[in-house]
Amino acid sequence: MDLRFTDAQPTAEERRVVERATGIPDSESHDRVRTDSNLRIFRTGRRSVVNRRHLLLPALETVQSEIGWVSEGALMHICRVLSVPPAEAWGVATFYSLISVDPSPPQVWHICDDIVCRRQGALDLIDRFESGELQPPDSRWAPSPCLGQCDRTPAAYIQRAGKDDMVVVGPDTARLNGLSPDRHSPNGRPQPPPIPQFGQPHLRLLRRVGAVDPGSIDSYLAAGGYQALEAAVRMGRARVVAEVKASGLRGRGGAAFPAWIKWETVANSPEPVRYLICNADESEPGTFKDRVLMEDDPFSVVEAMTITGFAIGARRGYLYIRGEYPLATKRLSRALQEARRQGLLGEDADTGVDFDIEIRRGQGAYICGEETALMNSIEGLRGEPRNKPPFPTVSGLFGKPTVINNVETLCNVLDIVTEGGDAFAQLGTAQSTGPKLFCLSGAVKRPGVYEVEFGATLGELIDLAGGLPDGLHLRAVLLGGAAGSFVLPDLLSMPLTFEAASEAGVSLGSGVIMPFDQHTDFGDILTRIAEFFRDETCGQCVPCRVGTVRLEEALARLRRQPRPGDKDLIAEIDLAMRDASICGLGHTAAIALRSALDLGLL
Amino acid sequence: MDQPDTAKVATEMVQVTIDGASVAVQKGATLLEACQQMGTEIPTLCYLETLTPVNVCRVCVVEVERNRTLVPACSRMAEDGMVVSTDSERVRHSRKMVLEFLGSSVDLSLAEDEVGDWMERYGADPARYGPVSAPAAAGERDARKPGHHHHVNGETAEGVHQPTKVDNTLYIRDYSRCILCYKCVEACGIDAQGTYAIAVAGRGFDARISTEMDLPLGDGACVFCGNCIGVCPTGALMFRSEWELRRADLWDPQAQSVTRTVCSYCGVGCNLELHTQDNRIVKVTSPQDHEVTSGHLCIKGRFGYDYVQNLGDVEQNSIDEVLQAARRRSPK
Ligand SMILES: Cc1cc2nc3c(=O)[nH]c(=O)nc-3n(C[C@H](O)[C@H](O)[C@H](O)COP(=O)(O)O)c2cc1C
Ligand code: SF4
Ligand code: SF4
Ligand code: SF4
Ligand code: FES
Ligand code: FES
Repeated sequence: MDLRFTDAQPTAEERRVVERATGIPDSESHDRVRTDSNLRIFRTGRRSVVNRRHLLLPALETVQSEIGWVSEGALMHICRVLSVPPAEAWGVATFYSLISVDPSPPQVWHICDDIVCRRQGALDLIDRFESGELQPPDSRWAPSPCLGQCDRTPAAYIQRAGKDDMVVVGPDTARLNGLSPDRHSPNGRPQPPPIPQFGQPHLRLLRRVGAVDPGSIDSYLAAGGYQALEAAVRMGRARVVAEVKASGLRGRGGAAFPAWIKWETVANSPEPVRYLICNADESEPGTFKDRVLMEDDPFSVVEAMTITGFAIGARRGYLYIRGEYPLATKRLSRALQEARRQGLLGEDADTGVDFDIEIRRGQGAYICGEETALMNSIEGLRGEPRNKPPFPTVSGLFGKPTVINNVETLCNVLDIVTEGGDAFAQLGTAQSTGPKLFCLSGAVKRPGVYEVEFGATLGELIDLAGGLPDGLHLRAVLLGGAAGSFVLPDLLSMPLTFEAASEAGVSLGSGVIMPFDQHTDFGDILTRIAEFFRDETCGQCVPCRVGTVRLEEALARLRRQPRPGDKDLIAEIDLAMRDASICGLGHTAAIALRSALDLGLL
Repeated sequence: MDQPDTAKVATEMVQVTIDGASVAVQKGATLLEACQQMGTEIPTLCYLETLTPVNVCRVCVVEVERNRTLVPACSRMAEDGMVVSTDSERVRHSRKMVLEFLGSSVDLSLAEDEVGDWMERYGADPARYGPVSAPAAAGERDARKPGHHHHVNGETAEGVHQPTKVDNTLYIRDYSRCILCYKCVEACGIDAQGTYAIAVAGRGFDARISTEMDLPLGDGACVFCGNCIGVCPTGALMFRSEWELRRADLWDPQAQSVTRTVCSYCGVGCNLELHTQDNRIVKVTSPQDHEVTSGHLCIKGRFGYDYVQNLGDVEQNSIDEVLQAARRRSPK
């Protein structure tokens, strides 16, 4: 195999950035043609992977964040250094919405116009950008799907070439006063406690949030940090897996799959090389719980991953975090450094656990939260989900047995190890054990992340968030996010457990609870959801690539001038998408729309 | 662990039930192979024996008991005790919708003949989505950004129609006909050619087959082996000569003959099928079941027919000559 590159050359700056991102000295990268003799290739599944291919996304991401866009010269340079065919690198670069392959001004404002923000000031903000009234210097702007800041709307994520990217939220967004990307930086501004339940004694997952300094490992250790890892090492791998089994812990990322089944399969695999992935892509509209954990208690994520890696016999873990979470990324990187420095992480850790963690930043693709798309993304391929089986526990990242769990799922492991699986199983109900985080946003007085034991009712959660603002009453709740369904107030007494939800024909998904009031234009909300799925489908399989477009078109007609049979058509599309699509995105894309139609919200 | 007995593994069989009848197949066989063994026809679009399955078109789905969703027959392995229905209500519905989705967004008029038969069999009616949207301007689809699209009104069914890419003398790319089956990408990449000149770019409905930076073929890595043309099921990739003849309404399969021969350029022994019209070679294929080529050739076998025709080395000549000859015969 010969790779052919175009003549475009990188600037000196681009060279430097690529060298930094890949760790490969620039002197190694001048060959114009690579041949079998200087290239090692191995095959996984249907694609070939060149051994440096996994550095493609970090390289693209670094060039994007340092230079502001990926020029032909930079792309060719990356291809030469990593031995990636240019057409494939182009295919990867054009897959992500945060990567620009066109010249771009140094600042790009991604302004959220998703379901919550659009009802809370985002549309006005966008109007003011569109009319030119608001015009940050040297910038362009683009509408964005949910940024995971739904408790402090409206939100914007700003890429800044050569500088830290940042998020601005709430009134700051409209005033264009960027918050510092680090809320704990010494700018003198007092920070409100990040969670409404701050200080309450029942908190487990959130107990350190706002109470420990997320930048200091000493603060974490003083609050009992790393006692769980110590306990885990004392217990041994098999016991840890057994405790997780006894705990009944189920996945918090949306699918509610028992964690121990994955762990045990990988722990018992004959294959010596295994991986752990922490799924921190959190892009389901309305979801922001993992962000709060990562921003304000980053060490617990690191400790929980270390315990999990130990238990399943993995030496390497990846934490895949969405690109729009710069603060969480920064704090996690710092936490990794601190943990390594303290001998609590890495090959030669004093704990005797040979495990290290690498952070990978997503670049604007909801689909990369799907577990197998995420693995392809890490491997430097397009973020297209894989057909299952084989499941990741058998053939996951780089074709090796892999455990992938959500951030919140993993954080539960700390208490399971220290208090025992049985104690954990006492919390909640028989089939839904432990504490659970819910993300309340939309028409509530105090939006935020709330922790309850499984079994609290939908109405209780809404009350915790202060109920609806005065003068408004509840019309419907979107449960589980864009991939979830609408329910009416008659379900307020439903306990929020996996079993009760499934009996009611709904899903808790990633823990989104989004109340809507009587003035809601559901046609508008549903259109945004349909647009979301059309924008975010990877486009690989026909039912979803075209189905999401046909759904959007049918909905547009329903809102204006329906053709006879349009509602039946939507049902037909939905059925084929559920039955024949490859992954969960296609399976769930029509659920919210169908539930709204069934409930007469449109 | 004991060493596996390789002889035993190779012949290990699994028993599956397909539409009520029981069949034993070798372990590792796909459901598609099991169906073929029984003579049950399964439609396929993105599957080709010589390529690694990508399982993206989903027209081959079948129903397997105790599976929540349908499964792609082309890539799902048969497991002992599986109970499979290939013609259930759910299967027929999904196949109908897949065909409608493609038919309403892509120009299938030159697709393999079976596609029309399947449309009829499953009652697919692409027209019910309304008229297809106006074609995009040249290059517009290639410049679309992931995560963004224009609002729709539902009056038209959005399609992939766009002008044909004519950027070299050997073959054209008419992506209005592209169903995104990935076959060309696989044939160009790991499965045959090893050139990786094309890949899928963009995302979602705007995903497309592209060279790097959407360059004209000759400016990128393409070596003009034509293997992508050989596997394209819809006529999106086509010999320039065939395309010119069709455009002039002079393409005439009735007046064509196919001659099998062995390529004389080198000693490999590739089988060629020379398609001639008016004694001019209008395209060259290679049989997919040929053990040397599996249907794949190189530029010399695929496009070197000027040499055969002694027309000199300017390819443009060959197309003009072919057109002239066809015009002389049929004064349309
Ligand atoms: C389209 C799509 C997006 C997803 N996004 C996420 C995500 O952002 N975070 C997450 O933890 N799981 C996400 N998932 C679920 C993952 O595929 C997977 O089930 C999960 O990471 C497993 O972890 P858990 O068992 O701990 O929940 C997504 C699934 C789909 C289909
Ligand atoms: S269902 Fe949608 S997102 Fe999932 S693989 Fe298919 S096209 Fe991609
Ligand atoms: S002609 Fe050959 S090299 Fe060129 S794109 Fe097609 S398969 Fe690839
Ligand atoms: S050009 Fe042809 S072979 Fe390639 S993806 Fe499109 S339809 Fe398939
Ligand atoms: S941040 Fe805007 S809707 Fe979530
Ligand atoms: S032929 Fe099986 S998915 Fe295309």
